[in-house]
Amino acid sequence: MNSAHDLGGQMGFGPVVPEPNEPVFHADWEKRVLAINVAAGAMGAWTIDEIRHHRESLPPAQYLSSSYYEIWLAALDKALVKHGFLTSAELLSGTPAAERREPKRVLKGQEVPAVLRRGFPYDREAKAPARFAVGDAVRTLVMHPQHHTRLPRYARGKLGTIEHVTGCHVFPDSSAEGHHDEAQWLYTVVFTGKELWGRDGDPTSTVSIEAWESYLEPA
Amino acid sequence: MSGHHHDHDHTHDNHYTPIEARVKALETLMVEKGYVDPSALDAIVETYETKVGPRNGARIVARAWTDPAYAERLKADGTAAVAEMGYGGRGGEHIVACFNTPEEHNLIVCTLCSCYPWPVLGLPPVWYKSPPYRAKAVIDPRGTLADFGVSLPEGQRIRVWDSTAETRFLVIPMRPAGTEGWSEEKLASIVSRDSMIGTGLPRIEDAVEDAR
Repeated sequence: MNSAHDLGGQMGFGPVVPEPNEPVFHADWEKRVLAINVAAGAMGAWTIDEIRHHRESLPPAQYLSSSYYEIWLAALDKALVKHGFLTSAELLSGTPAAERREPKRVLKGQEVPAVLRRGFPYDREAKAPARFAVGDAVRTLVMHPQHHTRLPRYARGKLGTIEHVTGCHVFPDSSAEGHHDEAQWLYTVVFTGKELWGRDGDPTSTVSIEAWESYLEPA
Repeated sequence: MSGHHHDHDHTHDNHYTPIEARVKALETLMVEKGYVDPSALDAIVETYETKVGPRNGARIVARAWTDPAYAERLKADGTAAVAEMGYGGRGGEHIVACFNTPEEHNLIVCTLCSCYPWPVLGLPPVWYKSPPYRAKAVIDPRGTLADFGVSLPEGQRIRVWDSTAETRFLVIPMRPAGTEGWSEEKLASIVSRDSMIGTGLPRIEDAVEDAR
């Protein structure tokens, strides 16, 4: 969806301001949001793509004025309510009231190191050969779906070159909608600064995206 | 959670700021309803606070600088080479190492969210997740580097990697001149987090003789 999260090339935010000697967390509540987010994700009710969609569906003004942990918290609330684990009333009161929904799994403390170390690989066995090969010229689609997509606006309708064929990976656009089994070939596609930004582009820079096969057509 | 040390004029029955109260309520619910194990929450925090951070990535860079065969393996299959050093997993299931060269400097961004190679760099800094960086890196990479006080030699191109998939990128900076004969540990001490994102360069004046 075209929302505030799709930031590439937007202007007016001012310079990047790094914080010297930045701590890992700026407040204790951030630690708890990180941990609850990881542990709640491990219940297995939603994918990374769905939770990203909840984040980017926040109203643009809220998204842009929130810290990243605030964005995570708001999206987590939405996912927990949507999947029937908590109700809005419970979130307001902080007191359990509604019936418990049995999760697929609950991550135990002693499992944490192994689960984090293993992660959640996104590559899948390919069911068909890759349509494109390294060096092929491709054009990205022009599309403006209402749903989740990982093709950024600045890279739509642009002429690029396949630099790498990564493998077959879970397709985020459908995974976010609950269809977790669809996988597509994934490619690294490189664009010149001029192709992306015209006369305002840096002629000495290139930009790549990771693009799923259905984002691309032969050029 | 501690919520007793703020000095703003907000008054709330339970002494928590609104966000602290929200998070406290959520954690209480999640634990009481049996959705999360409190010891798992503590283990997750401890992992990212004390175990997983940019020192992991720095060890990989230092090894790549001193072991050409390792550097080749890292180029060929980042995920496997990082696993050799004992790292990998959540937020870095698929890792690609981007080697800087005199001709090309690499810069990593996630314009759509905050994708970052957790197992080798830890959690991302705030600026990496914030609109100014995500907006500017792809359209004005040289201006972005200038915000970090970095200017590249004339003629060195910039390659920006937008992390739009589950592939995560780790920049392997060039080994600075004047580091000949250094131990891997001493080399690792000059590999800053920013140099592995591409918003910084290793500086020999940062060296620590014995990084342990």
